[in-house]
Amino acid sequence: MLKITGLSARVAGKDILKGVDLTVRAGEVHAIMGPNGSGKSTLAQVLAGREDYEVTAGSATFEGRDLLALAPEERARAGLFLGFQYPVEIPGVNNVYLLKAALNAKRKAAGEPEVDAYEFLALIRQKMKLMQMSDSFLTRGVNEGFSGGEKKRNEVLQMLVLEPKLAILDETDSGLDIDALKVVSAGVNSLRDPKRAVVLVTHYQRLLDYIVPDQVHVLSGGRILKSGDSSLAKELERRGYDWVQGAEVA
Amino acid sequence: MSSKSQDVEALLAQKYRHGFITDIESDSLPPGLDEDVVAAISKKKHEPQFLLDWRLKAFRHWLTMQEPTWAHVHYKPIDYQDISYYSAPRAPANAPKSLDEVDPKLLATYAKLGIPLHERARLAGVAVDAVFDSVSVATTFKEKLGKAGVIFCSFSDAVRDHPELIERYLGTVVPPGDNFFAALNSAVFSDGSFVYVPRGVRCPMELSTYFRINAAKTGQFERTLIIAAEGASVSYLEGCTAPMRDENQLHAAVVELVALDDAQIKYSTVQNWYPGDENGLGGIYNFVTKRGECRGRNSKISWTQVETGSAITWKYPSCVLKGENSIGEFYSVAVANNYQQADTGTKMIHIGRNTKSTIVSKGISAGHAENTYRGLVKILPSAAGARNFTQCDSLLMGPECAAHTFPYMEVKNPTATVEHEASTSKIGEDQLFYCLQRGISAEDAVNMIVSGFCKVVFKELPMEFAVEAQNLLSVSLEGAVG
Repeated sequence: MLKITGLSARVAGKDILKGVDLTVRAGEVHAIMGPNGSGKSTLAQVLAGREDYEVTAGSATFEGRDLLALAPEERARAGLFLGFQYPVEIPGVNNVYLLKAALNAKRKAAGEPEVDAYEFLALIRQKMKLMQMSDSFLTRGVNEGFSGGEKKRNEVLQMLVLEPKLAILDETDSGLDIDALKVVSAGVNSLRDPKRAVVLVTHYQRLLDYIVPDQVHVLSGGRILKSGDSSLAKELERRGYDWVQGAEVA
Repeated sequence: MSSKSQDVEALLAQKYRHGFITDIESDSLPPGLDEDVVAAISKKKHEPQFLLDWRLKAFRHWLTMQEPTWAHVHYKPIDYQDISYYSAPRAPANAPKSLDEVDPKLLATYAKLGIPLHERARLAGVAVDAVFDSVSVATTFKEKLGKAGVIFCSFSDAVRDHPELIERYLGTVVPPGDNFFAALNSAVFSDGSFVYVPRGVRCPMELSTYFRINAAKTGQFERTLIIAAEGASVSYLEGCTAPMRDENQLHAAVVELVALDDAQIKYSTVQNWYPGDENGLGGIYNFVTKRGECRGRNSKISWTQVETGSAITWKYPSCVLKGENSIGEFYSVAVANNYQQADTGTKMIHIGRNTKSTIVSKGISAGHAENTYRGLVKILPSAAGARNFTQCDSLLMGPECAAHTFPYMEVKNPTATVEHEASTSKIGEDQLFYCLQRGISAEDAVNMIVSGFCKVVFKELPMEFAVEAQNLLSVSLEGAVG
């Protein structure tokens, strides 16, 4: 589904990614772990098409299409979703309004009829129940005055409504208490399906107790240093990132 | 991303949509201004002596005045002798008595602007007065309003039919010598709208005036006077457009509102004068004095404005809160794109006890534009218990534009409460990217973000016009963010 080869990227004149290789197949869940500043978020932003990130080498294909040639909104409509690490507030713009516009943009691009307000409300209520969100959410502005946890829940809610083929979740677990973590994990797990894939970007093994990945990768210094199954995350938790970085030197 | 630059170009190529010129014979005075011109305007309108005297007094006072320079706007000096002070579509012998007699070209002009003047075609519940250059060409729904006792007519008709009301109220809120542009207007004003809502009457429909500048080298100097007698209420809306011309045109209007005991006036403006092209060539100079006086107890005046047009805007719709417990409100969205300059805001003058005012100003700057909020809250010693709340927010789109805020406060009563909140934000790359990542196009995303920013003001507009305002906003900002 996603094939990244030798991807290098730079932000504000600084090289952050230095040749990342990663293949994600349909039905798989991958976790990308690594210390602060290793390039995890950069990778997520580059894949989503953030303009300030300059790709200097390598390629990325999404279902065989050249991902890097597509505009951010085209990537989204093709089924790529990014759960933001810091979801931005858009004052005065209703949450439901934004999400309905997003869903309809996607449906329109796929040649499907747009959903009307009633259908949409029924859909969003169902997903909100799963995410344990109160009705007051329907009338609020996008992330406006949301707590950190509410913002993350909102990201997952959007993902559930948009049903992406590939979801990249950038530290969706950070700032969540244990109850919220369970709710968010249940939301992500409900989307697991042989036709979809999920890439989790995280610092902590904790999330992976609830969403068990097929593969774990350690990103450090802009490169994937080590890959393995879910036991790798546990080993990292025990031995720390120095273990992997040290292994490279050795 | 490859398609993006093309999108931007396509968007930028979209031009001002009301910029056409109507080819119609007009009766104009040659450019120039002296006492003879003032007298000629008065004569053309068959005015009573008191009005001619009033005009001449204003003109003599204007000659002693200096054009103000304190506003944060820049423009070449205006040659007041190079402007024609009167232009009217040439009517066959007598003025039209009904819409059927109005020149079809004029009706077509308004239809093109989306303002069909034929009553049956008009949105139910909105009466329209249409002012073309210097004269009013049609006022709709006169009869229905007449039954309710409401007078809604052109200013010229009011001078002819209700001279006593004109003599009693004209210039009592904005005196002829109030400021340079108000004095000029007082000398040469040609037409405008007049509204009188008698005691205890709620005006049964929205009233609106549509102003259109057509002739070249002409100034538009309209005068609007609205009086709500005891317990009366009225909602009034004005809209404005002009053709695209390379030279700048002057628009110096005066609006006076009078609210007596328990009366309410809601005045909404959607201003879309031609803003000039993307290089700053041409456009309207919109130098306007608008003021309302809450003369009676428990009266209320509310200004709502959506300002998207004009090369330069200089306007401060204000409230003089004389009556006890009276309320003044100002809700504003001012957009400046390309090389537009806007210096706008309000004055809230608290005189009566327990008077209240609310100011909400939203400024949006894009391109190379300069957008200034200038507001005065003045609480006089007599205004015990007065309260003011001010919120002013600025939104910047792109790196070349600027926003300025000049709040002035003079509080001379210790029991007053004055609150001020201000913010400046950039239309976030983050907000934009967030929307794009959800599959929403850049254009829709910008519209969404800007509408969200303006929401509190839009909800003050009469519903039919809130939609128009929102559309106008998206047209004005097209291409502002790539």
